[in-house]
Amino acid sequence: MITAERKPIAEIIDSIDSCRRILLVGCNECVTVCAAGGRKEVATLASALQMDFMKRGKTIEIREMTLERQCDPEYVEQLAPFIDQVDAVISMACGCGVQEVVRRFKAKRVYPAVNTKFMGASERPGVWAERCHGCGNCLLGLTGGICPIARCSKRLMNGPCGGSSKGKCEISSEVDCVWQLIWDRLKELGIQDKYEDIILAKDWSTERGGGPRRIVREDLA
Amino acid sequence: MEKFEPVIVAFCCHYCAYTAADMAGSMRLSYPTNVKIVRVPCSGKVDSIHMLKALEKGADGVLVAGCLEGDCHFKNGNTKAVKRVTFVRKLLEEIGIEPERLSMVTMSAGMGMRFAQIANEFTAQIRKLGPNPVCAGIEARTKSSKVA
Amino acid sequence: MNTQSILEKVMRAGHIGVTGECGPPRGALPDKVKEKAELLRGHVDAVNITDNQTAMVRMSSFAASMILRQMDMHPVLQMVCRDRNRLAMQADIIGAYAHGINTMLCLSGDHMRFGDHPMASGVFDLDSVQLIQTVRKMRDEGKFQGGADIQNAPRMFIGAAANPFADPFELRVARLAKKVRAGADFIQTQCIFNIDKFEQWMKGVRDRGLHKEVFIMGGVTPMKSVGAARYMKNKVPGMDVPTELVDRMAKTPKEKQPQEGIDICVETIQRLLSIEGVSGIHIMAIEWESAVPEIVERSGLYPRPNV
Repeated sequence: MITAERKPIAEIIDSIDSCRRILLVGCNECVTVCAAGGRKEVATLASALQMDFMKRGKTIEIREMTLERQCDPEYVEQLAPFIDQVDAVISMACGCGVQEVVRRFKAKRVYPAVNTKFMGASERPGVWAERCHGCGNCLLGLTGGICPIARCSKRLMNGPCGGSSKGKCEISSEVDCVWQLIWDRLKELGIQDKYEDIILAKDWSTERGGGPRRIVREDLA
Repeated sequence: MEKFEPVIVAFCCHYCAYTAADMAGSMRLSYPTNVKIVRVPCSGKVDSIHMLKALEKGADGVLVAGCLEGDCHFKNGNTKAVKRVTFVRKLLEEIGIEPERLSMVTMSAGMGMRFAQIANEFTAQIRKLGPNPVCAGIEARTKSSKVA
Repeated sequence: MNTQSILEKVMRAGHIGVTGECGPPRGALPDKVKEKAELLRGHVDAVNITDNQTAMVRMSSFAASMILRQMDMHPVLQMVCRDRNRLAMQADIIGAYAHGINTMLCLSGDHMRFGDHPMASGVFDLDSVQLIQTVRKMRDEGKFQGGADIQNAPRMFIGAAANPFADPFELRVARLAKKVRAGADFIQTQCIFNIDKFEQWMKGVRDRGLHKEVFIMGGVTPMKSVGAARYMKNKVPGMDVPTELVDRMAKTPKEKQPQEGIDICVETIQRLLSIEGVSGIHIMAIEWESAVPEIVERSGLYPRPNV
């Protein structure tokens, strides 16, 4: 999923301080899974914002809504009946969702309430870790199914570097050395001689650096 | 000016805290009427939003009372409650509300005295802290609009 | 002979190659470079010039290497993958060659976290193995990594680093094999204190005949004090400093510690030279270049051969 973390409250308050009525919109997908912007988080943020305003002798009207997804126009449309009643929208969705709301409601100010982080998976309840970088040309088949682009601090394709220590990355003992993980995995599968195959220089043009990307399915578009 | 009497909401778990509160009552131990008890099946049932709403609606202090560590009827509901209280306290700090207004306490069903003691101490603490800044803000605004 | 590199000439002729190291200054101070290099003149065949070592900005390895060429000394241009993409790397390589720099070392680079710009984005367009392949392709095929022809291709003597002391140990020989397969001509190892472990690694290297495909230079560093010994033991990832050596330094009175450190270094070199497959010594006396002449002389590596 795409993971995110709520922005510091002060930053959110800054963006809506002049507003009297806002629409606070959550998303039922990724940000719900990583507990950053789902229904619960919308309620929590609404209560916190309300208390902050009241504390300062002001009030703010907050309409709370959580869409199934904010990255599909069909769901974003559900905001239409309410959009004229508010001064601004705060979206708790990832950057994709925020921009979809902007695309549909061009005349309304929209602010993000979360910092979108990475594509990752749940390690265990409450803990999510980065897994995929979206390089556009998946090489998981060459590394036993573990990604060095997303998980090596130096995105080495022929690692590990000389800083790998006791299975941990040189940058922090809390970060696994992914090349240790890859090596262990190749051993487990009995294919450790694959380690010496050189992974050639990557074509990064399929990554974001090659330009903003787009997929078109001709049979569907 | 009238003396400030805090409103305390205490979420008490059915198996331990509520029973202890009950015991305090039957033991004729006095604890302040400021403390309004809300019975929940387990302290782990209390969500962050419940703690926040209590404060948003004007409570001056909130207690989450559960079983002693290791004794939760639902295994680890009290552990979850502790984590949530910590989380909400941080949030309160972020919006400039004293995190001490929210507290997690534990006790066993037979600890009537402990319940009374906690109720007394917490009420005194909150009385010292003063009214919930949320209400004070609304009041000030209402007053100023009246004067104007 | 693949190149005109003095280091290649020395080692191919069967002599033990000797390199030193010099860290460029954190400012536009060409005289500092000249001072340090001058201390090494005549006692080493070539001098490694580090490249934003530990991710701290310094005068570029390219610029400092040029200063060495102007002094008629031989630099080893170190190039890290952290700071440049493949365009900049290849441009610097042909640029360096145009200035008579013909020996280079391909490295990944310490992570930005360690340095004075942790907020910088790390490039890592290529990794060290891919960089070795790139330089090899430039030299032997006369082509850029992208495939186009190079006019007057750079004939670089290509080096890579090896760390027998990093984890996991069991793949450190395989990693060397990878670099050899990618086209490395010579290898410099991380500084060796745990000679037993190094011998273990060398056995693995010899078993695969890798010592015959690549020149292996053992790295050494003289310890200036017991504090330096402890720091290297505990704070530097990938370094293995045996407790006996730290104790030995600790037992020595403070004013005699630098000499003890030099003695240990000389003993290490002598042991390394007796190991089959070791073709050279790389002396990393950072900020203590003045110790190098004594180390080289007492190790029996002076004068440097005339090739």
